[in-house]
Amino acid sequence: MSPNATLVSEAKNTWCPGCGNFAIQHAFRYVIEEFEKEGIPKEKFVLVSGIGCHAKIVDYFNLNSFYSLHGRTIPVATGIKMANPDLKVICFAGDGDLYAEGLDHLIHAAKRNIDITVICHNNRVYGLTTGQYTPTSPYGYQGRSTPNGIHEYPLNIIEMLLGSGASFVARAYSRNTPLLKRIIHEAICHPGFAHIDVLQICATFFNMTSLYDEQVYETSEANVSQFDMACRTGQQWNYSDPGPIPLGIFYKTIRPSLPEKRELQQTDRKKVIQDILTRYS
Amino acid sequence: MHPIVCTGGNIHYQIKHISHREAGTVAEFSVLIGGKAGDGISQAGQVIGSVFSSLGYHVYQYVDYPSLIRGGHNFCIIRAAESPVTAFRSGVDVIIAFDQQTADLHKGRLSDDGIIIFDTDRVKTEGLEISLGTLISKHQGIPIMGNTAMISALFRYLGVPWEMMEPVLQRKIPKSQEKNLEIARAAWDILSPSRELSIPGGAPKPFLSGNEWIGLGLLAGGLDAYVAYPMTPSSGILHFLASIADEAGIQVYHPESEIAVILMALGFSYAGKKAAVGTSGGGFCLMTEGLSLAGQAEIPIVIVVSQRTGPSTGLPTYTAQSDLLFIRHAGQGEFPRWIAAPATPEEALFLGAEAVRIAWKFQVPAFIVTDKSFSEGLFTGSSDLPDFPPHRVSAPAFPYHRYEDMPDGISPLLAPPHPGEVVKINSYTHDFKGITTEDSQITIAMVEKRKRKEQGLKEYTDQPQSVIIAGDEKAPVCVITWGSVRGQVTEIAKDNSFRVVSPLIIEPFPIKAFMAALEGVTKIIVVEESVAGQIDKILKEFGIVPDELLLRYDGRPSTIEELETRIRRVL
Repeated sequence: MSPNATLVSEAKNTWCPGCGNFAIQHAFRYVIEEFEKEGIPKEKFVLVSGIGCHAKIVDYFNLNSFYSLHGRTIPVATGIKMANPDLKVICFAGDGDLYAEGLDHLIHAAKRNIDITVICHNNRVYGLTTGQYTPTSPYGYQGRSTPNGIHEYPLNIIEMLLGSGASFVARAYSRNTPLLKRIIHEAICHPGFAHIDVLQICATFFNMTSLYDEQVYETSEANVSQFDMACRTGQQWNYSDPGPIPLGIFYKTIRPSLPEKRELQQTDRKKVIQDILTRYS
Repeated sequence: MHPIVCTGGNIHYQIKHISHREAGTVAEFSVLIGGKAGDGISQAGQVIGSVFSSLGYHVYQYVDYPSLIRGGHNFCIIRAAESPVTAFRSGVDVIIAFDQQTADLHKGRLSDDGIIIFDTDRVKTEGLEISLGTLISKHQGIPIMGNTAMISALFRYLGVPWEMMEPVLQRKIPKSQEKNLEIARAAWDILSPSRELSIPGGAPKPFLSGNEWIGLGLLAGGLDAYVAYPMTPSSGILHFLASIADEAGIQVYHPESEIAVILMALGFSYAGKKAAVGTSGGGFCLMTEGLSLAGQAEIPIVIVVSQRTGPSTGLPTYTAQSDLLFIRHAGQGEFPRWIAAPATPEEALFLGAEAVRIAWKFQVPAFIVTDKSFSEGLFTGSSDLPDFPPHRVSAPAFPYHRYEDMPDGISPLLAPPHPGEVVKINSYTHDFKGITTEDSQITIAMVEKRKRKEQGLKEYTDQPQSVIIAGDEKAPVCVITWGSVRGQVTEIAKDNSFRVVSPLIIEPFPIKAFMAALEGVTKIIVVEESVAGQIDKILKEFGIVPDELLLRYDGRPSTIEELETRIRRVL
């Protein structure tokens, strides 16, 4: 039991037993406690969630939160961060949520390098709507909307993020919590857009535990600032075929980010308007 | 006077135009300037309007252009008068023609003693000739400087002293100023004065577009951030606020889509910044999920919707009043909202500020609904600013619960970070702390909390000042209209002895004030720019049944004469 019980809210947890969300919740709680020890108070954090099983996580934390809409974590988080750059804004999103409904926001957030952290609970299936395919479901996946199996390959989200200009790209696995904790901590500290694709299992609709346990390995982070190396690491697994699945931080670089560090002028509004009216006379 | 056709199809200018001298007792003057897109017609019109304003006139400028960047036919009508103007006439006193189309299309508008000033290099017609090519090459200028020459020619023709025009040119044409003034002077010297424009005198009035007046209103209300995606005819607000963002100390951001726009704005609002968005019908369609989120989560936001001709892409650069019912009902579920519709620059300034006040006072979406005619029209307005009192925010109790159940339904706002407190916002039905619930009793409590806010908003809104009464205020015949159309209707009301009643606030509809304004009315004529009759439907909801419905749906605003003819037929 953590000494900081106040981080957990009174809301009743309704995730399925064995759900990968528990591990993400546990890791995140650990990271927040670490930040508190480092002197960053918990009220500086704002969690933004989409809609789906993952999103319940914001109800379970006794932290500032904005439980938003399906696919829309990123624009909400962007507005919050632009409004107050002192806040640490973390998006919790699902793969259907973020990679289908809200994909355009993800690409643009990476492009503009907004200083927020995105944690995608990627279970490669819609859980809350009962088992349909998502953009990262494997080729041939049979769900209730695609009983004959899907005839499209999944989106390699790592390649897409690198191609969009993301300055921090990582993959974690819900059953490797030490790595998950470290990556979440580093992502929040990263000054720019940080994305973590967290592979997790859906205990009810898509239980990949034994396959993932066999496939995953921790990749070297020695060349983390090299873009071409990051691309090669990202291409090792296409979210469909069997084979090794690299975990870790694939890419990390520093480039100009939003919000720009500049003070907004405090103005006498009435005088500003009067000046403009005079200018337009 | 011959009748004219107003609803759809081509409008035939068969009427004998009222010239500046016949137009009642008020001295007024109208100029049409036309050419190809890319000729800088609208900007030239603004300079002409500014000169009239500096002479002491009230000015209205109508801008008509197709949806393309180069070519096509653009024109502006600048109407100057000694009393406030918010509409234009069918007739004009001067046409400035940069191309043949302008002369051919519009010469029927000329008043009996009107004249066409034209570029002999591009136009064949009769009137006041000026060869822009010769003039420009003689002074080694560039083609766009032909606009300065034409403006100068206009005021020379009108007998305005050089000393009165030159300072305006200096102020309004900062680029290559010396060369522009040289060419203006050359055009001036070629011509001689033919008329004697009366000069009312007095301080020049600010001359801005409706979009800019709305933008100033938002600033006056304490706006911190404006988020928008470009869409005609609302983009003017985005451009204007972006141009003065540093000076005013606000943030202006243009993200990837209108979906992102409204959600970013809600993020700003959550973090304690007063945010507004602006769009037109198509963009607003994309915003509706965010609107409903604002309703459920009780996040204050101001939304400006400038209507254009629909459905769908419609006529992108032409006007309409056909999105009112959509805006009034948009978003899934039921939640209170506020809708205001300005028709004058002073109303835009006041309502822009009021929208911010209402949104944050009641924690509801507050709308400014306008249209292309008002957004992109230019108006002189008052430079006297009313006082905009600061917002009083009620202090929250601790421990903080975002949705604390208050008697008036309004839970105190708190922006994160606040030491030891959490601020939880939720799109699901939620409890008082903001945590998701499906409990029946809490659901009822939350629905009723929002209902109490709506009740408070109704009481706050249903005041005499929410309804405009104009024209012959005691007349038994009443014209009901809204938004920019009120500008046209008001100008003809007195001469035709009818009353004008127009809601400034449309939602919640100020029914008590409206009924009081209708006291003694025996006949109601509704005028609006839609085929369904949208304000008509709202009136009927409240048991007000109009006798006549005058609709227009070709995207063009009515001229004063067109509307007068139609109204007289049913008076």
